[in-house]
Amino acid sequence: MKRFTSTGTPRIGLIDFPGSNCDKDCADAFWRHFGIRLQPVWHTERSLPKLDAVLLPGGFSYGDYLRSGALAAHSPIMTEVKSFVAKGGPALGICNGFQILTESHLLPGALLRNNSRKFICKPVDLMAGSGESVYGRSLAGRRLKMPIAHGEGRYYVDDDGLRRLKDHGQVAFRYVDQAGVPSLEANPNGTRDNIAGIVSENGRVLGLMPHPERATDLLIGGSADGLAILESFLSSFM
Amino acid sequence: MNSSFSSPDLAKLPRPELIDDSPGAAFTALLRKHKLSSDEYATILEILGRTPTLAELGIFSAMWSEHCSYKSSRVHLKRFPTEGPDVVVGPGENAGVVRLSGKLCLAFKMESHNHPSYIEPYQGAATGVGGILRDVFCMGARPIANLNALRFGLRSHKRTAHLVENVVKGIGDYGNCVGIPTIAGNISFDASYNGNCLVNAMTVGVIHEDRIFKGYASGQGNLVVYLGSATGRDGIHGASMASGSFATNEANERSTVQVGDPFTEKLLLEATLDVLEKGLVVGLQDMGAAGLTSSSFEMAGRAGNGLYMDLDHVPVRTTAMSAYELLLSESQERMLMVIEPHRWDELKAVLDKWQLACTIIGLVTDTGRVQIHHQGKLEVDVPVAPMTDAAPKYERPMRPRAKLEDNGTSFNKIVQDAALQRGPEALLLAALRDTGDKETVYRQYDQHIGTQTVHGPDEQGAATLWVRSEWADPTEPYLGMIAVAACNERYNRLDAYHGGAHAVVKAARAVAAAGGRPLAITDCLNYGNPEDPAVMADFSLGVDGISKACLELSVPVVSGNVSLYNETDGESIAPTPMIGMVGKIGDVRSSPTAVIKEPASLFLLYPKSIKPEFGGSLTAKLLEQPLRGGVAPKIDWHAEKESIDFLCRSIGDNLVGACRDVGDGGIVTTAAKMIVKTGLGLNLQIQAKELAGLPELERYFGEVSGCYLLTLKSGSEPKFLQLAASLRYNAVVQAGHVEASTVISWGPWTTPLQLCQHAFTSSMI
Repeated sequence: MKRFTSTGTPRIGLIDFPGSNCDKDCADAFWRHFGIRLQPVWHTERSLPKLDAVLLPGGFSYGDYLRSGALAAHSPIMTEVKSFVAKGGPALGICNGFQILTESHLLPGALLRNNSRKFICKPVDLMAGSGESVYGRSLAGRRLKMPIAHGEGRYYVDDDGLRRLKDHGQVAFRYVDQAGVPSLEANPNGTRDNIAGIVSENGRVLGLMPHPERATDLLIGGSADGLAILESFLSSFM
Repeated sequence: MNSSFSSPDLAKLPRPELIDDSPGAAFTALLRKHKLSSDEYATILEILGRTPTLAELGIFSAMWSEHCSYKSSRVHLKRFPTEGPDVVVGPGENAGVVRLSGKLCLAFKMESHNHPSYIEPYQGAATGVGGILRDVFCMGARPIANLNALRFGLRSHKRTAHLVENVVKGIGDYGNCVGIPTIAGNISFDASYNGNCLVNAMTVGVIHEDRIFKGYASGQGNLVVYLGSATGRDGIHGASMASGSFATNEANERSTVQVGDPFTEKLLLEATLDVLEKGLVVGLQDMGAAGLTSSSFEMAGRAGNGLYMDLDHVPVRTTAMSAYELLLSESQERMLMVIEPHRWDELKAVLDKWQLACTIIGLVTDTGRVQIHHQGKLEVDVPVAPMTDAAPKYERPMRPRAKLEDNGTSFNKIVQDAALQRGPEALLLAALRDTGDKETVYRQYDQHIGTQTVHGPDEQGAATLWVRSEWADPTEPYLGMIAVAACNERYNRLDAYHGGAHAVVKAARAVAAAGGRPLAITDCLNYGNPEDPAVMADFSLGVDGISKACLELSVPVVSGNVSLYNETDGESIAPTPMIGMVGKIGDVRSSPTAVIKEPASLFLLYPKSIKPEFGGSLTAKLLEQPLRGGVAPKIDWHAEKESIDFLCRSIGDNLVGACRDVGDGGIVTTAAKMIVKTGLGLNLQIQAKELAGLPELERYFGEVSGCYLLTLKSGSEPKFLQLAASLRYNAVVQAGHVEASTVISWGPWTTPLQLCQHAFTSSMI
């Protein structure tokens, strides 16, 4: 994707909570690859500046002490994020950001502790969902490699919810093995149906546990596949 | 709250009851509890001109503990070479600082948290990480990497599994939450750590050369501000605990272990860097070991000032804490700051943003004394200067261990015979298991946050970070930092002098194998009981060995930490001078990994003086041979320096694909580790003429110093060999092939790859 010139630069709000720690990495990735400066928005704000999209970065918001993302979901800024999303505004939640999105009921389901009870940091293979799922841009069938790093990334949704996700093409990414199969072996944390990320019904809100911002340079982790996800996020409003 | 703070008329304040120092069992017990000798008590009386209060006794006990005062080690540490063209801040500050590129510097230090981690491994290890992070960021540096070095007892020992699991979880949970990648480390198992594990944590941060902050309490009338978590009873006497030996029944020590809160640490990190950048504070110090006591005395001492503090203003998390407890608590995630009064509102605004409590608790004075009020009484009134000037300093008696007559020859023969009896194939499997894969450990550490990790633990060598900074020289857009921690305790047990030197040169080789030029080291000197003359001699020899290596390699010591009394029930650990090293690589794109990912020819770079040994070797350990038999490999300094330069050059020319220095278990074990996880096979044949005539086993399993195994990028063989032809002290030979096969064959032996993989990946079980 081309770098942007000074005019018409997209306005993306980076929602910062105390304990967010992937905010700088996100800002760095958007700046280096797209020439976009993310606009930090502090959790105590009671209004959003004029924005094209919001990004919720990873980390341990409020220490994740109650349940990952649970406290952040009740912060003042999330009221604003909710109304932004209600108006069709695009949102991307990565790792803790995904947890905050489910805790805020902007995405269905919940993220539970990994079945190993341990934090897991490793590269994974993802397969993009089959629908026109991610911000209306088709990544369908794309295999993407990037790292996960979380202690609570086991996606859970009940049977009805799972059926709805599938019916509406909302399963954005699944963990897959070398052969591209969402096998038990490829499931890092016990997540339901190998789900790594989902989108909202209108396709405007994406939450995922893997870190696309950590896979934007071949030099780091050997994969730049994360750019595809960041680009589809940008394409949602450009 | 406003910024006015005044002290009462101290002359009119009553003192609390002084301690009862009449000779007798009670007084003896009181001194023993505070780990003070009667001579040290006499000095206290001299300094004060009277009997101390209990709080004052506690302060002296903490400040003069081995942990805070380095009383047994100071006379030796002076011998370290600490200067060099790249050194910006040497030892004595919270962390050392060395220049990386342009105005961009690295602040780094390693510290031990051994005793707390043995008592309560999760919190002990977690707070160890927290403490070293604060040492780095309170200088104004932003941490970019954590490393750790762990030593546990034998895998079969009843406590080992529990300690490993919880230490690892503690390190991971803390670093992950703060958001600092854990990029490298090492773990080994040895019987001498059965009752005393080692947890050494290192942090590297980046800082602008002109913005390095030091902790001074200057400016009379300035305010002393308490920042961070409230004070509880956790960790009282941690410093003196770290300065005594364990008895097996350590259950009653549990209350002295601190509890960590990485979320508060993250806030403290951001807030501290924020206030330092805005220039809002004149002094700042982590409340680490001995908490409020050491931070106030250290800051006042450096500025040559006095301090008045009112403990009634200290935020507490529990009731009825005495002055003694408030002063000695080691509650975590706290800082002491000194600010100019007119800065208060600005400071408060920053700290409010980060939701951190801050309270004015005192004033900078010109009295040269630390005076502390608590509930209507003057609990502490102690002159600052003598606290450090008159601190005890011991030249403890030393008795070097007897040297064995054997030059290694007969021991090597014994080990070789035992190895043949065991079967070389089985020995390789045992070696792979013992030094094998730490994946189950490092998967629990976030290795990629910060998006700078080019080579992390998966690559098995030193870590390489792509350090992107506007402060760096703009001609180095792919500038990198390489970091590693290293120490071979078996060589140290054999010979403390060579062991110390080996730790440094091993670290340097790991940095060079990743393409880096070694810049400087930090050290964590873990030894046993200094009152044992043999241990003290080990320590002194270790310092000399490290110094020798540092001088030879031109790598200064810029920070460090000493951990003594690592013994349980009279058994001291093997000397373990852990070395943390940072290096520089101009272009991270050329940095080789320590694993080979595709078929290639394998080369051996070795000193012409090569002579494999089994003394202190992994092989001797696995075959249960005497721990003090034989000799460790000799270090050929000319060759080591030459090979480090040679590697930096050939890697800089982008010739090298993979590179690893030969370590535990000799050439075959090292070569096997380079391929075992990739699914490729190996055919290793060592033809070096200097090794001709040696028994095969010695060639393949014998341990050596200054050797590397490497592969080349395609097409670079002619240029590499041309460069190698000019080597004077080293030589390069082809040593076989990495190829698609299902076996590892070496010399006359063959082991199925699958068995090797199984052994290697079951290392942590």
